[in-house]
Amino acid sequence: MNDFSTLIGGIAGDGINEAGLTASRLLSRLGFSIYMYYDYPSLIRGGHNFSLIRACRGRVLTHTDAVDVLIALNQETVEKHQHRLKENSFVIYDADKVSPEGLAGKGCGLAVSSILKQAGAPAIMKNSCILGGYCKAVGIGWPVLEETLRKHMQKKLELNLLVARQGFEQAEHFCQIKDIISTGSGSGTGSSEASPPPRPLLTGNQAISLGLIRAGLGAYVAYPMTPSSSVLDLMASYAGDFGLKVIHPESEISVMLMALGFSYAGIKSAVGTSGGGFCLMTEGLSLAGMAELPVVVVMAQRAGPSTGLPTYTAQGDLHFVLHAGQGEFPRLVVAPGDVDEAYIWAGRALNLAWKYQIPAMILSDKTLSESLYSFDGDLAGKAKEEPIMLWDGNGTYKRYLQTEDGVSPLAFPPQKGQVIKTDSYMHDQQGITSEDAGLTREMSEKRRRKGQSLAREMEEYETVKVYGQTSSKTALLCWGSNKGVCVEAAERLGLRAVQVLALSPFPEKRLIEALQGVEKLLAVECNSAGQLADLAACYGIKVDDRILKYDGRPFSREDLLHNLGGAGI
Amino acid sequence: MNPEQINPKDLASGAANTWCPGCGNFSILGAMRAVLAELDGEGLPLENVVLVSGIGCHAKIVDYLNVNSFYSIHGRTIPVATAIKIANPDLKVICFSGDGDSLAEGLEHLIFAAKRNIDITLILHDNRVYGLTTGQYTPTSPSGFRGRSTPAGAVEPPLNPLELMLSSGGTYIARGYSHGIEQLQRLFKEAILHRGFSFVDVLQVCVSYHNLYESYNQWTYVVEDNDRSSFEHAQKIIRSWNYNRSDLPIPLGCFYQIDAPRFDQSFSSYRPGQKERESKIEEILENFI
Repeated sequence: MNDFSTLIGGIAGDGINEAGLTASRLLSRLGFSIYMYYDYPSLIRGGHNFSLIRACRGRVLTHTDAVDVLIALNQETVEKHQHRLKENSFVIYDADKVSPEGLAGKGCGLAVSSILKQAGAPAIMKNSCILGGYCKAVGIGWPVLEETLRKHMQKKLELNLLVARQGFEQAEHFCQIKDIISTGSGSGTGSSEASPPPRPLLTGNQAISLGLIRAGLGAYVAYPMTPSSSVLDLMASYAGDFGLKVIHPESEISVMLMALGFSYAGIKSAVGTSGGGFCLMTEGLSLAGMAELPVVVVMAQRAGPSTGLPTYTAQGDLHFVLHAGQGEFPRLVVAPGDVDEAYIWAGRALNLAWKYQIPAMILSDKTLSESLYSFDGDLAGKAKEEPIMLWDGNGTYKRYLQTEDGVSPLAFPPQKGQVIKTDSYMHDQQGITSEDAGLTREMSEKRRRKGQSLAREMEEYETVKVYGQTSSKTALLCWGSNKGVCVEAAERLGLRAVQVLALSPFPEKRLIEALQGVEKLLAVECNSAGQLADLAACYGIKVDDRILKYDGRPFSREDLLHNLGGAGI
Repeated sequence: MNPEQINPKDLASGAANTWCPGCGNFSILGAMRAVLAELDGEGLPLENVVLVSGIGCHAKIVDYLNVNSFYSIHGRTIPVATAIKIANPDLKVICFSGDGDSLAEGLEHLIFAAKRNIDITLILHDNRVYGLTTGQYTPTSPSGFRGRSTPAGAVEPPLNPLELMLSSGGTYIARGYSHGIEQLQRLFKEAILHRGFSFVDVLQVCVSYHNLYESYNQWTYVVEDNDRSSFEHAQKIIRSWNYNRSDLPIPLGCFYQIDAPRFDQSFSSYRPGQKERESKIEEILENFI
């Protein structure tokens, strides 16, 4: 056994996400790599929420259906998730809320309500109590729990410690987690070796935010929309520390236009949204294309069309972001597959947006944006602010100066004796409106050259990655958050997994290279069409089969393995 | 005239003017040139001015002025201008917008600009018709207006943009008329120097699709010595004409002006260096362990 899964379930308002985060921190302190998927419906109180936490010695980027420990804060959790229990799984439940029927020999109940009542603790502290029980059950020492709570519990620490201790003492011992997780996938690290230091746990949205900030972000503008809202929350809470101008205006239309106003004035800006909000941003996106104003768009997909499933995942907007906005203009679209890539590519997207004066989109989804991953702390220094090409101050400034690579030097007001004009109409080099045919052609070609310059630079980056058995004749083709599940399936079955990180400009050469020797290519996507497969077909890359999931839930390891079995793999 | 002062004629960009002869926009252009030249001599350097326009006949004004500008899209001057002001509070940001532009497509932004009391100016080229799309009714056209999209006459009554601005929180609210260029200059200068959201509705005549010269010449009058700080007073003047009737006096002048906290004041100019930023990120990552 090389991994260990825990599910915590309860009703919305129970703090299930927070409880999952605490459990993740505990397991992370034992030296494991963590992945946590958080499932919740679109409501504030009531309804069923659960966190699925998976700990591994090696890298873990996806969840499993089966769980080793089920933590049930209510009866519904047992009913909904009983099927996940393996023969020797263990259940920790609130004995005051959950009937022990059918759980005999499978777990232990804690008298959570009674413990809280006795301690005079509020209901929300049931998480601390049951996590105390969890630590005892899986062999996490009390000092680890105490240290974690002391570090992260802002309010009523002592009372939380008290109820946690009670839970710890009343629970039964089930296993010694450090002994049962033997080796990571291929890493060969035995449990007897010293644990690596715990790593930061980040959601995709947090990684994107920090990458942007480190690369010099100056302003973030957004209207709240799941699953992108936590970017806005993070930016707002750190606005003072980083001197960020953070604005939540009246609509996504305003969001995009404000971001472009910031760019015009020389402040590096980003916006964040999901599909519906991005619809409203498209007129501004096209303006960014024409006016050559840099902007970064964090586009976190959820299941559509329209309102769809607000809190559930999908990869249905690939073609939308590739083609959004009227007219032709170059754009960068990247789809990171985990927090490490999210951090690095967010910083790079900001730099490239400013280097080529184009919109750059970071395409995420609910799975990446809101799942929790162990972050490779060594990467922290790798997001850097690149210098931008500024006007040299000689002669008369021309905002849209024709150059070989299509990129005109930037200047921001005020510039003594100079005029800086930007324009949504077709314009001359000065930025004054013109409907001249020759000029229209020249300016279209200028924008096209910028796209070609960007494509040349993108060839330098690892925009296509290969994992698993790299010589296998069968390959899984994936993008975005499906990286995790595809890599794991490929490693397990001896297949090749090919991840496409950049969608525009499309890394045709690199992808063809990565697919050398492949005889059977299967696209794995969370949409009903196979949007990457269709895109690849435009470049003559034929996909033999499409494994598609479009129920709002991400692929679990079992899902994909089952599907691959069905496809004869 | 101060010999140091820029000649307003030097503010012309050289772009060919394509407005119809007799268009009310010429007065706005002339008044703005004179005001910007005057302000440059009085300590507001021209390079610190940024003009933002929407789309429509009005918007061409930014092409005609040799001043920093952002020629944006229909209805969207305000978010662009808001961000430019927040990005650099030393800049004076002036929006030129039309009645279709700011009262139809971009109405949400106009209300929020007033609500936020952001320190920018909006000049509304209010010709009460869509000119560039050849004559459709706008939110300030009188009911019954026979435009190309309402051949039987517009059913809706018009909006009173000044009343809307007053109730939304605007702190400088005025109305001018394209036949009163001296008054326009006075209002523009006041509006630009006002700290907060300033709104000047300019009754600007479209000679091609809605020629109201005769009516405006007969009914407009200048309000003077009014108590600008009184909401009730302002409301009374503003409500005395509702854009629907053509048999009532039309007041011109500044009707309301107060000081109030501004949105742009809420942003600090603090900006940490690369090193500070990096160490803060290290600290945040440590907290995520």
